[in-house]
Amino acid sequence: MTARAPSGSGTQTRFGRRLGLAPFLLFAAFAVAPFLAAFSGAEGYVLSLLTRVMIFGLAAMSLDLILGYGALVSFGHAAFLGIGAYAVGILASQGSAEILIQVPVALAASALFALVTGAISLRTKGVYFIMITLAFGQMLFFLATSLAAYGGDDGMTVPERSRLFGSRLLESDLAFYWACFLCLLALYGLLRAIVGSRFGRVLRGTRENPVRMESIGYHPFRYQLAAYVISGMMAGLAGCLMANQTEFISPAYMTWQRSGELIFMVVLGGLGSLHGAIIGAAAFLLLEEFLPEFLHAAGFLLQDDMRTRLVENWKMIFGPLLILIVLFARGGIMGLLRRGDHG
Amino acid sequence: MTATLLFVQSLNGLQFGLILFLIAAGLTLVFGVMDFINLAHGVQYMVGAYLMAAFSAWTGNFGWALLLALPSALAVGLVLEALVFRHLYDRDHLDQVLATFGVILFLNQGVKFVWGAAPLNVPAPGWLAGSVEIADGLLYPVYRLAIIAAGLLVAAMLYLIVNHTRVGMLVRAGASNAPMVSALGVNIRRLFMIVFGFGAMLAGFAGAMVAPILSVEPGMGDNILILAFVVIVIGGIGSIRGAFVAALLVGLVDTVGRSFAPNLLRLLLDPATASQAGRALAPMLIYIFMAAILFFRPSGLFPAKR
Repeated sequence: MTARAPSGSGTQTRFGRRLGLAPFLLFAAFAVAPFLAAFSGAEGYVLSLLTRVMIFGLAAMSLDLILGYGALVSFGHAAFLGIGAYAVGILASQGSAEILIQVPVALAASALFALVTGAISLRTKGVYFIMITLAFGQMLFFLATSLAAYGGDDGMTVPERSRLFGSRLLESDLAFYWACFLCLLALYGLLRAIVGSRFGRVLRGTRENPVRMESIGYHPFRYQLAAYVISGMMAGLAGCLMANQTEFISPAYMTWQRSGELIFMVVLGGLGSLHGAIIGAAAFLLLEEFLPEFLHAAGFLLQDDMRTRLVENWKMIFGPLLILIVLFARGGIMGLLRRGDHG
Repeated sequence: MTATLLFVQSLNGLQFGLILFLIAAGLTLVFGVMDFINLAHGVQYMVGAYLMAAFSAWTGNFGWALLLALPSALAVGLVLEALVFRHLYDRDHLDQVLATFGVILFLNQGVKFVWGAAPLNVPAPGWLAGSVEIADGLLYPVYRLAIIAAGLLVAAMLYLIVNHTRVGMLVRAGASNAPMVSALGVNIRRLFMIVFGFGAMLAGFAGAMVAPILSVEPGMGDNILILAFVVIVIGGIGSIRGAFVAALLVGLVDTVGRSFAPNLLRLLLDPATASQAGRALAPMLIYIFMAAILFFRPSGLFPAKR
């Protein structure tokens, strides 16, 4: 498996220059969006869409740590979303809606699951790693479907959003938006620090050549496992936020298709740049949201029933679009931007 | 009573395992020979079932429908190969996973577009309808026995083709060292195409065979695809023999586990907890089984020699 992300780290200044404007613009956009949304006339819709984008951005970014920097294609990442979401849902229905209890429980559960499954999965390589992470994801999916007390197949409504020190602050969509924004910003900073540290360099070195890393005295397995656990915990946090946003939990959070979508977001944005994953998540979700609208507009020449049919079947356009992006847009959106810089 | 139930469940497991084998055989060859992850293999199974439903409604005859469905499934596989997969052989696994994921989205929606979202039913042929008494007072559907027979027949045929024909020899050689086969003057692209088309046809055949006992609906290939992956990973990628053994193991563990896990747990726990835990554990069994096998043998039971 070859990695296409830019390699090497260089000095701090080169590092800063390569980072470019993209992350600043990205976070600035998220920061001003609520103010613009107030004028748009559909504030609730815009806020909820962008909150969703940020939550998926967080999940995709956590996946980027192991996928982009570690070349570990984990096909079971949605399981962590499920762990976070079910931690919130189960605790809330047991009467403890305090976020200071829910989040630590979710993080601990994610870390434990990541530690156990990671320790087994990382014994395998390449295709086998993809498949075994997929299998663990499926295992958790079926466990969730059998939790009859918590909705089983159908899922269940979360009785209330998480409380902060007992206050119902997060019930407001705007406050929740800012909470997600702060989470995303803080974890972006944390991940940036992680990939820039010695730990991150060992991880990247292992991606390029594990044998060489081993021969110069590192233990790649430990670094990969640590990265896997960190990544799983972050995705678990994203799951907490997701359950809070939708106020609903169901096994659908951890289908293997969802894991595939997360991988796609990371690749679409560009592997191994962290903010690329957020951009990829945004592009993916906005495409999913607006492609039907776009098709409706583009189909103005068609008769009404054909037009409805076209809009209903937007996935028939979406699928081939994914294929074309994989075939022709190598390096993702960040790759295109980078190419733009040089040419 | 429990013994007869176990026997019936074992037959069901065998039948399920053989269907899994038909799907996994193509997948493991494509994987082994071309080093290509084809997530779209599950939708090819679904397409097989839909083609069967369509032709069976059109001709009103099971045999003719099967005869028409097989070449059509082959054609669908070849078209997909030419349009999409061919361009992905040189890419890394990540790209292959993503592009074939796009194919899944397209075809799952595509069958909805053509046939609607409602499940379709395919009647079993008259001469295979009904049940037969296989032991004292024990009735078993004839059609399921027919699936077992057909599965065993195809497995035997595959064994002969892979081990005793020239194409089979090239396939085996390709699975152990594709660049070398190519360097020896074999048209490797054509070999890929043959393997791919054949795999698609086997998956389509599996879909066509289960159409009368399952409802034909969009997304029906998604879960069985994951099971097929479990099978080839347990069996060892690229090994037909491994796929066969693993498919039967997975089929049996899954089917028998689902009906006996609660009973077995009842020996240890109180009945209510046991049935709850059993229902939770049963669907997870094969994944635990797979994790255990990979833990001890990281490249499967019958790793292809490289």
